[in-house]
Amino acid sequence: MREEAGKFGNGWRTDDPARPQSPSFPTLPGYSVAGLSCWLASALLLVLTAFLTSGIGAFDTPYDVIWRLWLSPFHPQWAEGIDERVRYIVIHVRLARVCLALTVGGALALAGAVYQSVLLNPLADPFTLGVSTGAAFGAALHLLIGWEGGHFLGMSTLPIAAFAGAVAALYLVYLLGRVDGRVHATTLVLAGIIVSTFLSAWIGLLKSLNEDSVSTIVFWIMGSLSAKGWLHVLLVLPYLAAGGALILFYARELDLLTLGDVQAQHLGVHVQQIRFRLMLAASLVTAAAVAVSGVIGFVGLVVPHLVRLAIGPHHRRLLPAVFLSGALLVLLSDTLARSLLPSGQELPVGVVTAILGGPFFCYLMLHRKKYLQL
Amino acid sequence: MEDLSGGYPGRSVLNRISFRMEAGEFVGLLGPNGSGKTTLLLALSGVVPIESGKIEILRQPLASLKHRERACRMAVVAQETEVRFPFSCEEVVRMGRYPHQKRWQMESPVDSAVVQRALQLTDTETLADRLITAISGGEKQRVLMAKALAQETPVLLLDEATSAMDIHRKLQIFRVLKGLNQEQGLTILTVLHDINLAALFCGRLMLLKDGQIAADGPTRAVMTSEVLKKVYETDVLVQEIAQTGTRQVVFLP
Repeated sequence: MREEAGKFGNGWRTDDPARPQSPSFPTLPGYSVAGLSCWLASALLLVLTAFLTSGIGAFDTPYDVIWRLWLSPFHPQWAEGIDERVRYIVIHVRLARVCLALTVGGALALAGAVYQSVLLNPLADPFTLGVSTGAAFGAALHLLIGWEGGHFLGMSTLPIAAFAGAVAALYLVYLLGRVDGRVHATTLVLAGIIVSTFLSAWIGLLKSLNEDSVSTIVFWIMGSLSAKGWLHVLLVLPYLAAGGALILFYARELDLLTLGDVQAQHLGVHVQQIRFRLMLAASLVTAAAVAVSGVIGFVGLVVPHLVRLAIGPHHRRLLPAVFLSGALLVLLSDTLARSLLPSGQELPVGVVTAILGGPFFCYLMLHRKKYLQL
Repeated sequence: MEDLSGGYPGRSVLNRISFRMEAGEFVGLLGPNGSGKTTLLLALSGVVPIESGKIEILRQPLASLKHRERACRMAVVAQETEVRFPFSCEEVVRMGRYPHQKRWQMESPVDSAVVQRALQLTDTETLADRLITAISGGEKQRVLMAKALAQETPVLLLDEATSAMDIHRKLQIFRVLKGLNQEQGLTILTVLHDINLAALFCGRLMLLKDGQIAADGPTRAVMTSEVLKKVYETDVLVQEIAQTGTRQVVFLP
């Protein structure tokens, strides 16, 4: 492709001295040594936080025991002499929950970043667009019909039902949010909230029909990582991996899409096709997260903004950073949710993220009016 | 390009337009508001679908080109472009290299040299590290021009690409464009409102009215008071300017 320009005899002739003849050392934008150490530091921070938070909880587990258990796959003798019950709590309750919080948080933040860039909408996030609630509705319907044990190619069909709900909700929001052919930042979010409220009501109704307790309704609407295990982590991972891979594959296109449709098209991006694929990928990732955690709001809204402020909008850097930060945020929120109440009861994690995210949303509304095209 | 009709859904703007541009031409596209200039440009760049007729670019039908192939042949600086994400200006210019890059290929020395050269040509080197969201409209247009030049295409389409620049910058950019046009055979089609600017730099003018070509030919031949009066429905005075050797127009109130 590079040689084509020369073929038409335009641009710069090949004898142009300003133009190097052959590439020697390709430089990697955003992947310098300093950048690499930053990534390593962030990953370490994540592991450290995971380690610290898994020591918090009703059942007291000393950190040296956690440390020994975590490393027991490599040094089996380290785990000797530890109570089986403690082992179960550390590995199958705490660590599983930490991993689930990380996956769900990363997934939601990643999806939020994609929605914001693809829709050129700073208010977009899986929650404000109604995608999360759509996914929860799909999952709730799936459970009501009773395909709980439904399997397809060895994987549970629950995330697929959630995905169908998510896509349907997104489509509906998109239709509602269009004002004479144009999609406006605020009308889209308004449509999202309408659809989301409506579907929340239906989730409540479905759950009541199913004679479930109020707590499961709260679970779906406010999100919770309570009583989840490795099974749920494994449920999310394949979908997250598939969606995430597709999103990273199109990282450069995401940069160009933020210039707007016309410009991206002029630069050679197949806008309709790539936007469609990216929206599907983001919805898949959201659906997988929601299928195991219910609706956790605002993660996808807050995290991409803060990360963009810190490291700029370049998606090859932004997306991994957003994933890590989202993971961290949900991990911390979940730790708060399960340790905040003195009685040992748990809050839905969505309560914590909403308390953190609500004021941020207000800040965006008040101080970024121009940015929001209000 | 032949026999082109097109427009937006429910509203046809272009009405059977046919014209041919030779490689290395510098054409100004003028006309009153709503005459279809921007639509024509968007149709040429494949953004607005055409209803009938066909467009060929470099002897290949536009419809048969992949998006990237098209972007390697034709760069566009569009009207009213808003960049909402805080990219640095240099990053925006680098996006112009996209059609030339393979997916996993990182930026090569060729890419960075091209980007640097584009920044030099448009005198935007000092803006390179500033954020595109934090510079003035005229500065932004220069950055977007640099992006289009970084695309290294044989054809350049401009839609009021200098409208927000001061007169000094306008002339500077047009001199650079003229230089590229003459030395490297860059084909340029530019939509302009300023007919006098067009007269200074364009070798050929096309006047558009109501979605049809009202006049088309060498600048001197088109710039007559009869033609302009017919298109703009305003009395005009066309004067020869000895110093520039071109004609200039004064619209009479």
